[in-house]
Amino acid sequence: MNARSRNGALNGGALNGGTWNGRAWNIAGLVTVGVVGLAAMIGLPLVLELSSLLDVTVYLILAILALSLALVWGYGGTLCFGQSAFFGLGAYAYAIAMFNIGESTIPFLLAIVLPAAFAALLGYFMFYGRISDVYLGVITLTVTLILFNAVNSTAGPEYQIGEARLGGFNGIPSIPPLNWPGMPDSALDLNDLFYVSIVLLMAVYFGLRWLLVSRFGRVIVAIRENEQRAGFLGYDARLYKLATFTLGGALAGLAGCLFANWGAFVSPTIFGLGQSAQIIIWVIVGGRGTLIGPVVGCIAIQWLTAFLGSAQLTKASLAQVVGPTVADALSSVMGFADLSNTSLILGAVLLAFVLLVPRGVMPSLLDLARFLVRRRPADALADKAERAT
Amino acid sequence: MSEGESVDLVLVLAIQVLFAMASLALISVGLAVIFGMMRVINLAHGEFLMLGGYSAIVANQHGVNLWIAMLVVAPLVVGAIGVVVERTLIRFLYGRMIDTMLATWGLSLFLIGLVTGIFGNTTVGISAPLGGMAIGNYRTSIYGLVVIAITAALLVAIYLVLRYTRLGLFARGTMQNPNMAAALGLSPPKVYAVTFGIGAALSGLAGALIAPISGVFPTIGIAYIAKAFITVIGGGAAILSGTISAAALFGAIQEVATYFTTPVFGVVITLAAAIVLIRLLPQGITGRFLKRWL
Amino acid sequence: MTGPAVLLETVDLGMRFGGVEAVSDVNFRLTEGELRCLIGPNGAGKSTFFKLLTGQLLPTRGKVLYRGRDISGIETHEVARLGIGIKTQVPSVFDGLSVRENLWIAASRGRPTRRANEMVDEILSRIALAGSAQRTVGQLAHGQRQWLELGIVLAGEPELILLDEPAAGMTHEEVVRTAELIREINRTRSLIVVEHDMQFIRMIASKVTVLDRGRVLVEDSMENILRHPTVRDVYLGKRVAA
Repeated sequence: MNARSRNGALNGGALNGGTWNGRAWNIAGLVTVGVVGLAAMIGLPLVLELSSLLDVTVYLILAILALSLALVWGYGGTLCFGQSAFFGLGAYAYAIAMFNIGESTIPFLLAIVLPAAFAALLGYFMFYGRISDVYLGVITLTVTLILFNAVNSTAGPEYQIGEARLGGFNGIPSIPPLNWPGMPDSALDLNDLFYVSIVLLMAVYFGLRWLLVSRFGRVIVAIRENEQRAGFLGYDARLYKLATFTLGGALAGLAGCLFANWGAFVSPTIFGLGQSAQIIIWVIVGGRGTLIGPVVGCIAIQWLTAFLGSAQLTKASLAQVVGPTVADALSSVMGFADLSNTSLILGAVLLAFVLLVPRGVMPSLLDLARFLVRRRPADALADKAERAT
Repeated sequence: MSEGESVDLVLVLAIQVLFAMASLALISVGLAVIFGMMRVINLAHGEFLMLGGYSAIVANQHGVNLWIAMLVVAPLVVGAIGVVVERTLIRFLYGRMIDTMLATWGLSLFLIGLVTGIFGNTTVGISAPLGGMAIGNYRTSIYGLVVIAITAALLVAIYLVLRYTRLGLFARGTMQNPNMAAALGLSPPKVYAVTFGIGAALSGLAGALIAPISGVFPTIGIAYIAKAFITVIGGGAAILSGTISAAALFGAIQEVATYFTTPVFGVVITLAAAIVLIRLLPQGITGRFLKRWL
Repeated sequence: MTGPAVLLETVDLGMRFGGVEAVSDVNFRLTEGELRCLIGPNGAGKSTFFKLLTGQLLPTRGKVLYRGRDISGIETHEVARLGIGIKTQVPSVFDGLSVRENLWIAASRGRPTRRANEMVDEILSRIALAGSAQRTVGQLAHGQRQWLELGIVLAGEPELILLDEPAAGMTHEEVVRTAELIREINRTRSLIVVEHDMQFIRMIASKVTVLDRGRVLVEDSMENILRHPTVRDVYLGKRVAA
């Protein structure tokens, strides 16, 4: 029995919605997310200074990126090692189009359509070529490296698309911000970008929730569970995987566009392996087969790395967080290594989760919650039977 | 250009192409051993190369002869690390290829972080021994020729091991039938640990040998990992013929593409060609041709 | 030609793996509404033949005709869309999903949601799993998984159903119930059943094809097959005597 099978792979799926229990869980989850989202949207600008709000904004943008892989990997079962390729393409497409067009409606759409088209092309190539999961991982990884290498080497003045200099490893600075559609003079300020990001994040979240209870969503989960059986039932697995992969590319592109807005800057590291690794870590930490997990995982990991990276962590400040004894122990173990070394920490987190918590945090927490509120004797029986198997 | 000069040019170019092929084979063969025999895709392969480079340099700084540091110390150190990694991580994940890829990627990041912590994020150089050699008006490095020769010797040695030893027998069985490793589930864990250790040792050796050419820095593995992957995946499960055929093909493509464009686009074109090859031959070159070869 | 129409036909079908001829020169013919059992000793080529019929393998010789159309080597999902339902030897179900979800996925292709839901309820009672509808399939007993897969196949409303060892690993009562189910299905559908449980075949069989070393050895009614001397030699002798 695989790890997912304990609580039904559809995340308390709508088909369990035939019973009161499953539907109640779904509604409770949706309401919670909606309330927290609205509260954050209204509350955060009131309590946070602009610089902190800017930090929050980037978490929201990256959470959209996390959701793109949550769909493709967590539900579709296709582990893409190069989700950052679509993220980067979205950012570059927006930047380049913006310098050439000046009004952001078309650049915004291009930032979604172009990565989606690239994902469709790559997906067609892979899924219709019957390439196995593992080779798929290697190919997506290689594609990311190709983009990184290619864009990285475009520093010379000859690499120019219209008005936009690609800038190679220096990146593209001073990217013009989004404006309200059709109004090139009313650009979004940083407060607006926060609102746009949180609204888009919630739209993507609820949109995916809807998608996953639709027939399409159930079929992609079924294909993840057993591709051969889905084929025997007349579903063309390649087509469904391709559609999922393409949608994932579009969402990553959207995140890329917002990211380019956030910093007004893009550089090739956006395509880098480090970026790809982070996306995978968000999803595996949060939990595959959930949507809220990767969002939480993304925000938690980003916060952790920012905290460790920026705080110039001293033993004293560490002691405030974890207590003096732990701080002593930590700094003697890691005496030589700088705690702001995110690579070390991300690597350790990834290793720990693959080996010890492969399902991720959120599914385990949801199980715990279900266990705590479980009252019906039938469920208790089922639980017993579950443990017996 | 006189006739003599164009002969010289052809010779120099030939050496360059040969070197590209040899270095591809060299950096890939450790990964190929681990993939061919264990069906494990080791994403920390680049970091094994990096550790090989650091081992050689540190040993050399402590007074060990450079050749001994490169040819003996580096493979021993990285081989030992490989055994530890297999015992503490990989063995829990057999049969779960995707999880193995993820775990070794975690290891890769961890090692980059660890080495950055120890040695700092700077390039440690080591000058190539033996100097240069003139071919007509052109110069070529003797060390490059030595790397070609060592690679050839290494491949011959692997052939002999595969052909004439018990470990080789096991390896050949596994290569012919991918399910063999699972079917031999009862086989002693020692075989896996040894295989992984040998693969790691070969990577360490490769990393040490390329150190004088490129220098060593914590993220150097990333520069090599894509090339090593495409060589191994493109070659298929047969360790030797797969590595050699893919290294020859991609080495040639890379040099020709570099000659007509830039080194960076040479790499980009090679990677793109590899992706097309994997699409056409999902089992690699040796999955279609040279089937019965080692 | 008289009589009922030919539904499935193989013409000089052959499959070679390296030097081994797993299936050779098989000319097989199934008419509409028929229930056919396919038997043979281990290594007779039953599984290979089955995979050739279901498009999982591309034949090296000959072709498979479904209603006169060559279907050899077409995509799995296209086989299904032609109206062929397949049950594999090892139950192939969606382990992580609930019983109801499994059936719903099968029933909902090409049907509106409401009709699919009705279909699921109907099949749940037919395969006696209504009480376990919300359970995760990974937790079901082996026999129940076999039935579930049968139910999944039925939910697609195929015209022809191919079953690979549907009674494998079942208790005696389950086998009896499965045989009943298959006879009931046969009232409206054609079936090909690959089996080697002779008792089970006696419960359902009308006509039996015996494969041996990749070739059709004999094709006849069950009673005649049991009396057939060559068949007794190659396959049945030991078992029936036992």
